Amino acid sequence: MKFTLSWLRRHLKTDASLADISERLTALGLKVEEVVDRGELLAPFKVAEVIEATPHPNADKLTVCIVELGGERQQVVCGAANARAGMKGVFAAPGQTVPGTGAKLKRASIRGVESAGMLCSEREMGLGDDHDGIIELPTDAPVGEPFAASLGLDDPVFDIAITPDRGDCLGVRGIARDLAASGLGTLLPLDETPVTGTFTSPIKVHLDFDTETADACPYFIGRYIRGVTNGPSPGWLQERLISVGLRPISALVDITNWLTLDLGRPAHVFDADRLQGDLRVRLAHASECFAALNERVLEADESMTAVCDDRRLIALGGVIGGTDTGRTEATKNVFLEIAYFDPVRTAATGRALAVDSDARYRFERGVDPAFLPAGAEIASRLIIDLCGGEASELVTVGAAPPPKPDISFCPSRVATLGGAEVSTEDCRKILERLGCTIEDNGDSWDVGIPSWRSDLEVEADLVEEVLRMVGYDHIPAVSLPRPAAVARPVLTLAQRRTSWTKRALAARGLVEAVTWSFVSENHAQLFGGGNDSLHLANPISAELSVMRPSLLPNLIAAAGRNADRGLAGHALFETGQIFADDTAAGQGLAVGGVRWGKHGPGHWLAPARDVDGYDVKADAEAVVAACDLPADRLKVTADAPEWYHPGRSGALRLGPKVLAHFGELHPRVLDAMEVKAPVAGFEVFLNVFPAKNKGSARGKARPSLRLSPFQAVMRDFAFIVDNDVASADLVAAVRGADKVLIDEVTVFDVYEGVGEGRKSIAVSVRLQPIQDTLTEPEIEVVSVRITDAVEKATGGVLRG
Amino acid sequence: MIMDDLETLGQRLLAEVGNAENLKALETTRVGALGKKGILTTRMKAIGAMDASLRRDAGAALNRLKSELAAAIEARAEDLRGAALDAQLRSERIDVTLPARRAPTGRVHPVSQVFDEIVAIFANMGFKVAEGPDIEDDFHNFTALNIPPEHPARQDHDTFYLRAPQGQARQLLRTHTSPVQVRTMKSQPPPVRIIAPGRTYRRDSDMTHTPMFHQVEGLVVDQTTHMGHLKGCLQDFVSAFFEVEVPVRFRPSYFPFTSPSAEMDIGCKRSRGSLTIGAGDDWLEILGCGMVHPNVLGHCGIDSERYQGFAFGVGIDRIAMLKYGIPDLRSFFDADLRWLRHYGFAALDVPTLHAGLAR
Repeated sequence: MKFTLSWLRRHLKTDASLADISERLTALGLKVEEVVDRGELLAPFKVAEVIEATPHPNADKLTVCIVELGGERQQVVCGAANARAGMKGVFAAPGQTVPGTGAKLKRASIRGVESAGMLCSEREMGLGDDHDGIIELPTDAPVGEPFAASLGLDDPVFDIAITPDRGDCLGVRGIARDLAASGLGTLLPLDETPVTGTFTSPIKVHLDFDTETADACPYFIGRYIRGVTNGPSPGWLQERLISVGLRPISALVDITNWLTLDLGRPAHVFDADRLQGDLRVRLAHASECFAALNERVLEADESMTAVCDDRRLIALGGVIGGTDTGRTEATKNVFLEIAYFDPVRTAATGRALAVDSDARYRFERGVDPAFLPAGAEIASRLIIDLCGGEASELVTVGAAPPPKPDISFCPSRVATLGGAEVSTEDCRKILERLGCTIEDNGDSWDVGIPSWRSDLEVEADLVEEVLRMVGYDHIPAVSLPRPAAVARPVLTLAQRRTSWTKRALAARGLVEAVTWSFVSENHAQLFGGGNDSLHLANPISAELSVMRPSLLPNLIAAAGRNADRGLAGHALFETGQIFADDTAAGQGLAVGGVRWGKHGPGHWLAPARDVDGYDVKADAEAVVAACDLPADRLKVTADAPEWYHPGRSGALRLGPKVLAHFGELHPRVLDAMEVKAPVAGFEVFLNVFPAKNKGSARGKARPSLRLSPFQAVMRDFAFIVDNDVASADLVAAVRGADKVLIDEVTVFDVYEGVGEGRKSIAVSVRLQPIQDTLTEPEIEVVSVRITDAVEKATGGVLRG
Repeated sequence: MIMDDLETLGQRLLAEVGNAENLKALETTRVGALGKKGILTTRMKAIGAMDASLRRDAGAALNRLKSELAAAIEARAEDLRGAALDAQLRSERIDVTLPARRAPTGRVHPVSQVFDEIVAIFANMGFKVAEGPDIEDDFHNFTALNIPPEHPARQDHDTFYLRAPQGQARQLLRTHTSPVQVRTMKSQPPPVRIIAPGRTYRRDSDMTHTPMFHQVEGLVVDQTTHMGHLKGCLQDFVSAFFEVEVPVRFRPSYFPFTSPSAEMDIGCKRSRGSLTIGAGDDWLEILGCGMVHPNVLGHCGIDSERYQGFAFGVGIDRIAMLKYGIPDLRSFFDADLRWLRHYGFAALDVPTLHAGLAR
């Protein structure tokens, strides 16, 4: 919302400085985004009178002008068609920077003619888009003086942000009213003197609604004004509109814009001669079309409020008028519309048709329903003053919607809810200054709400009003009382696991990324997703259109992008949401990671190798270990989803639950994603982890530690087994051979060159006696048990 | 005969030991003197044949020589071994300026780090961490928060909707973390003190907006918390977070789910394109807040006559950018390793209040 200081002063009598007004506006919640003092900005640019204008000798479209600058004359070459002797324009001298273009002017020779400066267009002065000609100043503009004053531009312009609840401040008067209520000045009275109607309007207005939809337009005031002349509006009005960035069009258009900006009161003026019969306001029919003022043909539906004449729809109430019935320069007789349109219906209509108009903006935020008669009189007077003509009697149909109910308010709530001490008397004064009425019932008051404040609904809103007026700065800040002298831990186990996971993976050399929660449909399908319920109905792009089924696609794509930048041999991970369906239960929490290219940072001593499934298996296991799950109870199986390499991938299981998948990615998937480097990945599903950790029943104490004083013995065994024997089965068999003595079994070699379909698996077994030192015969007994167990479980035999 | 040249022999053998150039030569000398057939061994054997009167002195003299020689051999061997080790080590020199084996180092994303910082601060004030789904329904994201369908505030939200079968209500991606307020209040009776950090989504993409971003919601509900506590809590938070005294300013604002509502600005200083948080001549808006609207309490089944409290929402990415001088929001989600290494944090940099949040 833009307005100028002098405009504000039409409504507010105040001695406050620009800075004080600005600060108060912000303190009231009318946040000042910017105050532009264009008088200061434009001061270097002076009024110049063109004394002489002759055609350029070497160019058809250029004019050579001699300009008078008040005691000094300059020659400038001008390309504008409207440059002519006798006019007054805006002169920019060499060395000055043109505000609209940012270019610094230089003395120049244009096609052989010296030019010492320029005459500027609106665009060059940063005043608008017009670049058809140079600015023409009023004939009384003082030559040699800064030009801004002669266009009313020496007036500081406020740009303030109005929150959606404050429809009352979408007119300068509303802003002045709020400032006055806060004590910054006095609100000046508004001239609402009625215009005497001398005849009965030939056009009647009918509100054709049934009781259920009557609130669409409950109140309509019209007036016929005959014999108007729609010329340009006077200077004061043009200047005001220009000062806030609007282009003057014609008096009738400018008047409605003025009413909107000045009073927050949208109005519409129909060309009465282009109407047929009476005005009827009703709900539109399905597919009813009309050509709107925004140069689009709009198609209405039964939910929209239509303003019609006897033949057709001519405007959508509160949203936009039509071209057929709009005023033109030839307009002689007009019909004025000042109405109240329902905020919700207006908003829905505007949104459905994508029409953003000043009227819609105000109606959907709520215009003052009690201000219709005054608004109609003020509009009538402006039309008659600026365009002449003769007014009919008002045509008043319906009535203002009932006022908002009173709010029960305890002044003590300013302290108990608002945290500020404001005396009861001050509360009363503040509310009354805001236009409220107060009926005192002892502890609580019945507060009547002014018609323009439809946003005030509950007691808390009145607390806010009081606080706004005393200023939020007057609320003392109080630290929250501490629930415990020493803060208690607050994170849940799942939250701690997420945190452990991130730091464990970062410690292993993976770099954490945060990527979009959505992927392309193609990527979703590659990773088992693409379920219809997870498609965005209104995605921002096809690349970001489906909720991700897995963390891998974005990470793999990122790996590809980084590899393309020459960053091969790295690892990324992400912790985040994955989606199986659109329910809350369908949202999982996972940590996924990828390693690509060569493993590790590379070293001159160690030849680099490609990443493989064991790298990412270690990552997945590290997550499980970081989360304190019983790693010894994990089962590893060779089944992973189809986006992994079928022979080089697996799953980590705890009982029936799949905790993780890991492995090299399927080459077909990488190909489809156009990633060239080899990629291995893992995904751990944190939300399926058991709800309790091992040992949680014991509290914080560790299990007791028993250290044996007897020498441990190491024995190595190599077994020949079939190729398809899983090493884990062999290790489990070894372990099972003596659950007391055997405390560690490590695979230290796998060799496949032992004959067709066979391989050798070598394990190192640590025997830890706890009662006595082991003797050779005892070791021999265990060794035999180990070989027997392996043979039974896997068919393996000791390698000779 | 045995004793004739014992002195000369001794001198010769000792000289040989002293001159032995390596362990092998020394061994030859040792065997030649003290071995089974060594000269001193042979002489020792011959003592038995000597006249008894001479035997004793001769034996003693021979034994002395043997001991002396053995000691000399051992000493010489020690010297030679030392010299050999020195020579070997001299030959085993490495170029210590060559790069060492490096353990790969990872990084934690600034969003995670700042999330941990925020949790550290609010946990100290007794806040728990609540969570909610990213895919929400209309009730939790809007209606329960006092935003009816045609409310102008809904249009500011640029909501992403999910496809819905004809006739079914469409799900949406939460546009703020505020639905977690609703879920929390519906699931637990007051008093409530929670923060709810998470991903949020708006259909917006330009220089300063991304379709996904992070927010942290705060909610306190009890019987006594008022707007002064809101100010105190957030003032305490920003100074703890930015690790300097940060002046704050509260301005009236509007959110459908709070009344009174406010926006909080923090003090800053701008000069030549750089922004410093703390005392300065300018203000920077960083969050919206207010007292929970009684309609919201009502929607959540809480008696608004008895209970009241405050709520706030802050952009995590935004305060991360402000604290760590990160210029571009969009770069947060690019997964560019160069960026992640530059702006990311070491695994062991777990923020704590006692040690300071950031290095």
